[in-house]
Amino acid sequence: MVDQDRQRTSGFQGSEAMQAAEAVGEDYGKVKGRTQREIVWRRFKRHRLAMISGLVLVLLYAAALATPWIAPYGYADIDYTALDQGPSLKHPMGTDELGRDELTRVIYGGRVSLLLGLGVGVFSTLIGAVVGIISGYYGRFVDTASMGFTDFMLTLPFLPILLVLGSIFNFTAVTITFALVLLLWMTIARLVRGQVLSVRNQEYVQAAKAVGVADFMIMFRHIFPNVVGVMLVQATLVTAEAILIESALSFLGLGIQPPTPSWGNLLEDARTTMTTQWWLTWFPGMMIVITVLCVNFLGDGLRDALDPKAVE
Amino acid sequence: MSEHPNGGSAGSSNGAEYLLEAKNLKMHFPIKAGVLKRTVGHVKAVDGVDLRIRRGETLGLVGESGCGKSTLARVILRLLEPTEGEVIFEGENILDYDRRRMLRVRRNMQIVFQDPYASLNPRMTVGNIIGEPLKTHRVEGDRKRRVQELLEIVGLSPEHYNRYPHEFSGGQRQRIGVARAVALNPRLIICDEPVSALDVSIQAQVINLLQDLQKEFDLTYVFIAHDLSVVKHISDRVAVMYLGKIVEIAERKKLYDEPRHPYTVSLLSAIPVPDPEKERERSRIVLTGDVPSPANPPPGCSFHTRCPRAQAYCVENEPGLIPQEEGAHRAACFFPVEEGQHIEEPATSTPYRAGE
Repeated sequence: MVDQDRQRTSGFQGSEAMQAAEAVGEDYGKVKGRTQREIVWRRFKRHRLAMISGLVLVLLYAAALATPWIAPYGYADIDYTALDQGPSLKHPMGTDELGRDELTRVIYGGRVSLLLGLGVGVFSTLIGAVVGIISGYYGRFVDTASMGFTDFMLTLPFLPILLVLGSIFNFTAVTITFALVLLLWMTIARLVRGQVLSVRNQEYVQAAKAVGVADFMIMFRHIFPNVVGVMLVQATLVTAEAILIESALSFLGLGIQPPTPSWGNLLEDARTTMTTQWWLTWFPGMMIVITVLCVNFLGDGLRDALDPKAVE
Repeated sequence: MSEHPNGGSAGSSNGAEYLLEAKNLKMHFPIKAGVLKRTVGHVKAVDGVDLRIRRGETLGLVGESGCGKSTLARVILRLLEPTEGEVIFEGENILDYDRRRMLRVRRNMQIVFQDPYASLNPRMTVGNIIGEPLKTHRVEGDRKRRVQELLEIVGLSPEHYNRYPHEFSGGQRQRIGVARAVALNPRLIICDEPVSALDVSIQAQVINLLQDLQKEFDLTYVFIAHDLSVVKHISDRVAVMYLGKIVEIAERKKLYDEPRHPYTVSLLSAIPVPDPEKERERSRIVLTGDVPSPANPPPGCSFHTRCPRAQAYCVENEPGLIPQEEGAHRAACFFPVEEGQHIEEPATSTPYRAGE
């Protein structure tokens, strides 16, 4: 019965090869080639700077998520006995003019900055990928219309717009994320679209069309995996950019509002005391630099690891 | 899954002798220029092709690069929508079909591409690549087993199921492409230069594989190539294309032994002979000039700019595919080359027109 079924579905009746295939039976897959993921991982591991950066970022994000448990004090706890103290064992990053522990505030600030960066990175990549893939795949007027809109968005001077928005609404971490996504998805869309233009003319896409694979599946199975490298690299750049813009906004007093700390408004607070209380600018500043550097190195490593033309 | 008619034309589903017919097929690509993207002209890649393909035969399609062979293949498969004309598959014009009905036709028409490095998605496993047609057409049964059968059929190992294309050589990759094409048990496979990217020693293997599959599954092939000796080996009939048109079509032997069209004659004279002494004596007909631009094909016979026999008549009139002494042998030439005649001998006769 089973045999009969198999014969009917096989379509190639009486083929000798079929019997041979049966003889081999369940032996398939014993010899397993490296999967795509393993190859990428191997190449990535070789990029030492990216590996270290990745590790640092993992630690930073872990700290951001576990903030309430690892922060030694509350971010708004005021200690009148310890105003404007330099780094000490009790306060490793010192305290500010209200006696708040700077380490605690840097950790909480990191929570805002890092999660905001990640959120902007993820959502602008999603929008950028969808717009880019559809635009590049369908071409013609879909392409003209969506790329026209993308170009229009790119011409908008985003800092003045953010400043205006910020003075009208009170920015919270969520609304800033939203605003930054709307202003940063375009580079990803353009890059992905460019990549799609070359991928969609590949013969394997033609072959899928000849088989009758639906457009959606072609985009999902054939186009997307072949543009994901470029996309991820750009996503890291956007993440770094978002962290910097948030810092700039907070520094200008329009970002995250005190007493909630972010790396940007910690810097803003410290602006007047930069020469006397160095630790108040030094530590949040260092954190921004380290994070942005790490994100960029990670992008570098990903680009090299995901390039299919790279030599093993 | 329907059974194939056994080889020949007898008992075919629509009673038609021809599996596929192309009628006055044209594919003109617009040339856009300027800021406003105005259409300033057309590249006439395929310019009025009539072609009939019999069930179970192999039709060779030869011509220089850029003459429209691959475009013709893509138009027949509806990977490109033609500007004009009809594609009749099993008696029905498939250009009118909607997505759903087209999907059923796709099951019976497949393609093998030229470049085995570009035609397999580098991010998919071999199993997924060959299984994709089965998945798309919701073929019942154990898909994995079926894919492994297909791997065996094309001479690969079922163990290759989980590997990626980059782990294979060019010839093996082309076998994977062939397995994907036969997965749905189609009637027609268009082979778009399936061996020209391969090493010569591998070419023979892939051609033999294609021939074995044809015998086993009653396949009909359109075999596109620019290697004339390969086409001679595999084809039953051969069509020669020049500048988007078919200029000569005949049984293989007829075409190679008694070419009528001056272009065919010069093409055939370019085949090297694997015998150094004969090779030295071989006279090659070297055409002067370049292929005219398909955006601006010459008036009259499109070959007259390079034809040693061309006369004023050829500039003014366009030859159709004129039946030669036998109906099956057709050539688009007013002054066809007679047997034993040298191509440079001027034609003295009146323009050759059928039925006049």
